Amino acid sequence: MIINLRVWRQANAQSAGKMVSYRVEGVSEDMSFLEMLDLLNEDLTVKGEEPIAFDHDCREGICGMCGIVINGAAHGRANSPVPTTTCQLHMRSFADGATIDVEPWRAGAFPVIKDLVVDRTAFDRIIQAGGFISINAGSAPEAHSVPAPKIQADRAFDAATCIGCGACVAACPNGSGMLFTAAKITHLAMLPQGQPERYSRVKTMVAQHDADGFGGCTNIGECAAVCPKQIPLDTISALNRDLMKSLFKKDGK
Amino acid sequence: MTVTDYYKAGADIRDTKAPAGAIEKKWSTRKFQARLVNPANRRKLTVIVVGTGLAGGAAAATLGEAGYNVLNFCYQDSPRRAHSIAAQGGINAAKNYRNDNDSTMRLFYDTVKGGDYRARETNVYRLAEVSNNIIDQCVAQGVPFAREYGGLLDNRSFGGVQVQRTFYARGQTGQQLLIGAYQSLERQVAAGTVQMHTRHEMLELILVDGRARGIVTRNMVTGAIEAHTADAVVLATGGYGNVFFLSTNAMGCNVTASWRAHRKGAYFGNPCYTQIHPTCIPVHGDTQSKLTLMSESLRNDGRIWVPKRAEDCTKDPRQIPEEDRDYYLERIYPAFGNLVPRDIASRQAKNMCDEGRGVGPAVAEVDHRTGEERQVRRGVYLDFASAIERLGQKAVETKYGNLFDMYAQITGENPYETPMRIYPAVHYTMGGLWVDYDLMSSITGLYVTGEANFSDHGANRLGASALMQGLADGYFVLPNTINDYLADAPFEKIGQDHPAVVEALAGVNERINRLLSIQGTRTVDSFHKELGNIMWEYCGMERTEEGLTFAIGRIRELREEFWSNVKVTGVNEDFNQTLERAGRVADFLELGELMCVDALVRRESCGGHFRAESQTEDGEALRHDDEFLHVSAWEFTGPGNAPILHKEPLEYEFIELKQRSYK
Repeated sequence: MIINLRVWRQANAQSAGKMVSYRVEGVSEDMSFLEMLDLLNEDLTVKGEEPIAFDHDCREGICGMCGIVINGAAHGRANSPVPTTTCQLHMRSFADGATIDVEPWRAGAFPVIKDLVVDRTAFDRIIQAGGFISINAGSAPEAHSVPAPKIQADRAFDAATCIGCGACVAACPNGSGMLFTAAKITHLAMLPQGQPERYSRVKTMVAQHDADGFGGCTNIGECAAVCPKQIPLDTISALNRDLMKSLFKKDGK
Repeated sequence: MTVTDYYKAGADIRDTKAPAGAIEKKWSTRKFQARLVNPANRRKLTVIVVGTGLAGGAAAATLGEAGYNVLNFCYQDSPRRAHSIAAQGGINAAKNYRNDNDSTMRLFYDTVKGGDYRARETNVYRLAEVSNNIIDQCVAQGVPFAREYGGLLDNRSFGGVQVQRTFYARGQTGQQLLIGAYQSLERQVAAGTVQMHTRHEMLELILVDGRARGIVTRNMVTGAIEAHTADAVVLATGGYGNVFFLSTNAMGCNVTASWRAHRKGAYFGNPCYTQIHPTCIPVHGDTQSKLTLMSESLRNDGRIWVPKRAEDCTKDPRQIPEEDRDYYLERIYPAFGNLVPRDIASRQAKNMCDEGRGVGPAVAEVDHRTGEERQVRRGVYLDFASAIERLGQKAVETKYGNLFDMYAQITGENPYETPMRIYPAVHYTMGGLWVDYDLMSSITGLYVTGEANFSDHGANRLGASALMQGLADGYFVLPNTINDYLADAPFEKIGQDHPAVVEALAGVNERINRLLSIQGTRTVDSFHKELGNIMWEYCGMERTEEGLTFAIGRIRELREEFWSNVKVTGVNEDFNQTLERAGRVADFLELGELMCVDALVRRESCGGHFRAESQTEDGEALRHDDEFLHVSAWEFTGPGNAPILHKEPLEYEFIELKQRSYK
């Protein structure tokens, strides 16, 4: 296959970026999208040009490190029946000779570092604001001392599958990180162990979300449509319910 | 050259930290003996932890909770992305919730036997002992383990053991455990005890008077080379499977932190012990960048076969009649069939493909000795047709649906209709930096945890044991043993102008400048791929003296070419992924040689490794306890010099040695 790419090139956070065209030959349909970029980068390196910077690590769809907007869609679902991470998108999803636009996540809270690489440390700060259960190593009770009903545990699990890739933010017209935040809120709120801090957690995490420059949620639903782990949109409703309740609790405790 | 020309024999070494006495008492005795650090003094002490996976993230969080100042580093953009996240299957613990007569002793026994009697008894017993605490800890953190309708935890059996002791979270156990550790870690970041440095790569260890006192890192965004000093250093930097280029490791996994420590005096234990996993998705072509593992639970219901005749290999498998198929594992090992251990399943798949009976796309392979290229099909069928017939498609979907989806996504084929293709891939490295019972390396004040150390899995790791070891080290072992060392504080203050710091910084800068100034014609990846091919061919599933000596020579040539002809674009003071990879490949080029030397000296078939010169009459692995019942701990003696081999004799006081048999 031959693929024509238009790739966002930006030297660093301070400089302006632009789309640059490349032609990639010798692409096989079994290659992943990132392997196609590897092929282009090898070619650029041999020519003495700077390769395209992009984030990636596990390349099996679980670490959440990769993330590129492909033809306007976060992770570039192409004709895949289910949403995927960029690393699990394969070239057989594209036609021979196709022209593909390749851009970084674009959101106020995710400044570009270089080319397709963005800074997602705001997500870590949201977790620091309360996305945990306060327990020190060594002080845990016996695992079976607190049963967790299976239905709630499964619901917690569905939310806990979030990989923190940031596609939800990139897809949202408001640049909101609400699906990410709601996934963690729901994960912990559905478990008995998460109850003591349930209402303080939702307040502090949402406050940090807003402080980091993410936009507000207006229930558009683009986030859930691109989420490679299919985090359901109703986690945001669950977050909002908890947030409302927390307002009637003293200090959120 | 003979084998003895490749290394020098050194003095035997021993672990001096495990106390004498009954095995059940050793850990509690050691904890009681270990000195303590007063909580008021802990905040005056700083510990560096490199890596944020299960071993590193858990250790950093726990040391932070204890009140130490922790500096934690990772090369990813967030600590949540460490490659522990990719583990699928589960985590073992001797809870005996199933009432199937499991116990600490049995988990200990299974792990030692699984490691083919090449692990240290004391360490493994402790691992089994703390396994239950791990499950308690993770549940309390909110890790959503699979549960039954009664609300209690579910277990499954895993990895060929006879009890159901594996706790799991769908096929994403590693992810959920890591997120648990990550949440605890971020809690400590918020509390101010842990300072997190993401997108930082460790490039050097700083030694002062023989003690580990700091590291040099490169800020991967700005290129700044920085020295960080501390009272102790912990490496939790994972395995080195990427020396094979293609592996199930993440793209960024590397040996640099361990190798830099090795060059500074840390012994490297059993570097040739790697685990090859039989059920991975085969290579599709020469642009393949990594391999994907599928849970080996697939072998419970799938039948493995290749065509009897090479000319059938290009046919649609559904058109090949039953009598023309060779279900080779069922044929050779009628008792165990498709459930033979990982190493046997892997080696036989290779044998079938070497015979020309592999299936799937033909991939070019270069014979490194002649330079000739040949086309080889590297894949065998894993067929669910009979399982679907027996259980129905619905039942197969319930059991393996997510794996089938993953396979379909990557290959574009529907495994419900055509048989899957699988091939072995490098998955885990049991070898790593040598540590004692306290997890301290041969450098005073340098601790090594998780996959980065060599300690618990012997020559072969049991399924669902890697997660257990990472968290055992991180939450429960290291935070107790490191106090004993830190109790010696206060240590001399090390400033940025200390000669050892200045020298380490200069060395790192000099190396980076050298990499950038070569401006040759070959890319970093082309060297990495060639090294990987050599390692896979000669230091992979089957090894011979002739192959290994050839490989050592070839690696030396490749290393020389690398340092004279590699092309690294860009500058240091920038986000430069080519430069990052160049530094890692340079270290892999040194490690690869040591792995081959270690494999050459260990003239026995053991655990995951088949040494052609050491087999039984019917071609099965033959261990040599008379000669090789020891850990090989290697000392670095300078680039290109023969390393020194220190043997740590393994003593089996509590478990009787047996030869494995699967026929």
